[in-house]
Amino acid sequence: MSEEKQFSRRDFLKTTGVATGGIIGGSLLGGLIGFNLDGDSNNKSKDSGDNEGNGGQDEHGGHGGGGSFDVPDRGRIFFENDSDFATIEAAMERIFPETDVGPGAKELGAAYFLDGQLAGAYGFNSKEYMQGPFYEGLPTQGYQSNLNRGEYFRLGIKKLQDEAQDRFEESFSNIDEDKQDEILQDFQDDKVDFGVPKSTATSGYFFTMLRSATLEGAYCDPIYHGNRNMEGWKMKQFPGHQHSYLDVIDADEFKEIDPLPNFS
Amino acid sequence: MAKKLDKVDVLTVGAGWTGGIVAAEAAKEGLKVVSLERGKKRGTEDYQHVHDELKYAIRYELMQDISKETLTFRNEPDQRALPMRQQGSFLLGDNVGGAGTHWNGWVYRFLPYDFEIETQTKEKYGEDRLQEDDGYRFRDWGITYDELEPYFTQFEETAGVGGTVNHFEGERSKDYPNGPMVQTKMMKMFEDATNDMGYHPHFLPSANMSEAYENPDGEKLNPCQYCAFCERFACEYDAKATPEVTVLKTAQRHDNFELRTHCNVVEILTDDDDDSKVTGVKYVDTLTKEEFIQPADIVVLTSYVFNNYKLLAVSDIGEQYDPKTEKGSLGRNYCYQTFGGARGFFDEQFNVFMGAGALGMSMDDFNGDNFDHEDLDFLHGGSITITQLGSRPIVTNPVPKGTPSWGADFKEESVKQYTRSLSVAGQCASSPHKDNYLDLDSDYKDEFGVPLVRLTYNFTDMDRKRTKYLAERCGEILEKMGAKKVDVDDELGDYDIVPYQSTHNTGGTIMGDDRETSVVNNWLQHWDRDNLFVVGAGNFAHNSGYNPTGTVGALAYRCAEGVIKYSKDKKRLEK
Repeated sequence: MSEEKQFSRRDFLKTTGVATGGIIGGSLLGGLIGFNLDGDSNNKSKDSGDNEGNGGQDEHGGHGGGGSFDVPDRGRIFFENDSDFATIEAAMERIFPETDVGPGAKELGAAYFLDGQLAGAYGFNSKEYMQGPFYEGLPTQGYQSNLNRGEYFRLGIKKLQDEAQDRFEESFSNIDEDKQDEILQDFQDDKVDFGVPKSTATSGYFFTMLRSATLEGAYCDPIYHGNRNMEGWKMKQFPGHQHSYLDVIDADEFKEIDPLPNFS
Repeated sequence: MAKKLDKVDVLTVGAGWTGGIVAAEAAKEGLKVVSLERGKKRGTEDYQHVHDELKYAIRYELMQDISKETLTFRNEPDQRALPMRQQGSFLLGDNVGGAGTHWNGWVYRFLPYDFEIETQTKEKYGEDRLQEDDGYRFRDWGITYDELEPYFTQFEETAGVGGTVNHFEGERSKDYPNGPMVQTKMMKMFEDATNDMGYHPHFLPSANMSEAYENPDGEKLNPCQYCAFCERFACEYDAKATPEVTVLKTAQRHDNFELRTHCNVVEILTDDDDDSKVTGVKYVDTLTKEEFIQPADIVVLTSYVFNNYKLLAVSDIGEQYDPKTEKGSLGRNYCYQTFGGARGFFDEQFNVFMGAGALGMSMDDFNGDNFDHEDLDFLHGGSITITQLGSRPIVTNPVPKGTPSWGADFKEESVKQYTRSLSVAGQCASSPHKDNYLDLDSDYKDEFGVPLVRLTYNFTDMDRKRTKYLAERCGEILEKMGAKKVDVDDELGDYDIVPYQSTHNTGGTIMGDDRETSVVNNWLQHWDRDNLFVVGAGNFAHNSGYNPTGTVGALAYRCAEGVIKYSKDKKRLEK
């Protein structure tokens, strides 16, 4: 069956170099040579569990000259207000909580991930059609809001805070988990009135975005400041960015492989 | 004032699979060819860090920027259409290679039945089964499988397709040019189960290279590494056949070919004195915003379904279809696909994170008319497959039905089932209906002020019944494979443009042998304009239960031959 294996990795490297004019550089070669089922080639991976940042970052992580510096994983660029940040972090943790199988959204850095996303193209809907006129559509017609995601999240966070105050006279991040869940469930069920036309914003759609952002923050490549220390991948047994599974693709048994990030 | 450029022999609007095929074949003939690509140049050197689910699969790095251009959508003709503001249901391609860069590489040949569905249905089941009174509009394509067979072979050789014999496909003149891919455990389980059930499984025909391959044009492809980043990604190994590593490379070996990027064609130009021809195109350089007129002896529309339609419509070439009168051909028979499948939950773990875009097993026992429809109230069917594409963690969170969609239970189940569940899917055909069509929207414009395409589409009753039928078969297979629990996903509501479903959009510029109901003839030549060709999945009169690219590739080779024939004697092509 596996005639493919007659074509070794050495041949592959040779052929690839020829076929692509040698443009595949150090990163790919390093990755292939470093391909190792025991995973001990991966000790350099980012340990972002504290404020140490990415010490010892190699040239692949360079930011275009200007000397080396550490980017703190726990710095923020979108959320300027600690209460707003604590609210979104607590909500994400309820969507993807810490359990026996592993860390939750908070420890994985999902809120820091979202902070970075909202500050960029995602938050400004840069690659999405935002021309009017705007009308309330059918559910099958999708997003029709004139708000971009940054604005939508600010509104949604305010509503989470308002609900917590109205119901329990306390901030969202300080109420019990079951009370947080109760509010989030009402958001999901579209029971919370956002006080604006439905075409502008609904609690149900805000919840949908919040859930997606939480999963993205839990499982993205660590370069985006979520999935800290690749703990999300380890929990799910996803090996991240491996260059090749050619040697093991036909194995019948399950392979536990330590994950690799896209840039290491 | 647009700047007028020197005339060329052949111009393609777009540089993906169809544009690349036409350009390569015309360039080989010595014709002066220009391919206008609205996006940027890109190639293997840009794909070295492509293993990034968020950037490529979730944020659509390789896809069309729909802030500049999208379409509007409604389910029924009497509703207000609204813009598709975010990419979702299908992934519009962009840049050199187009959707052919981020495809998975499934290369089926449509069945002989597909090309003659109207005739064969009448003969076998009687005219009533076409359900014309319910609005269905099944049409023969004006070409037969036998006519297309050499072009299927040509595309398979260009793309280095590997596979094993499909019991149900039309007669082939040559075997696959490459061997099948590796068989993994889940594929073996599927093969054993379906064999036991009396079906005919085969390897999914794949344009991911099972072995190093050199195509007839001399382009070299490397063996697939099963790295699991194919779907929505580009290949950094040159192991997936794409336009940029095959046909565009071939075209570029010829000095008489020019690939011009950042050129967004906004209009096909016509001559007031000669309504049998087009004269060229107008395009905008998207870097400088300058306008250019590019005259050409032959214009070939080789962009995606929607844009091929749009350029004809905004240039007022051909008659727009009207669902009330059913007059006009442009925009009719828009079709899509549905996926009816099942998920099985197992105790053991599978290596779901390894894979390739076209790694899987498939069977056609419930596709086309390969099974008896006498007692069924739908036509056609779909292919049933198990695939190992490489499941990625952000989007792959399978949980048994009844599990909450967030919170501790969701997390525990989704983490556990990620490696313990397998899907079997039916990729179902789509029935053309008189109320499903394309036209132009008068309220919304693209970045150049050109109207957006308006899509009016909903699933039909036949689609719903077919999907349910296929989903049930998928569930039975998973039970036979030993799943502890099987969830069948069989209810199809209204078509919803939000969740990703399939990029297999078809119709709008269909081919046929009747100029009243089709846009192009048997050579993909426009009925009204002798030197205008339109090629792509828009030519399909209905959509089959397969991925379209094999048939699109075959049609592109057919079109290329037509273009070359026409360039010699400048006469309308006869069948």
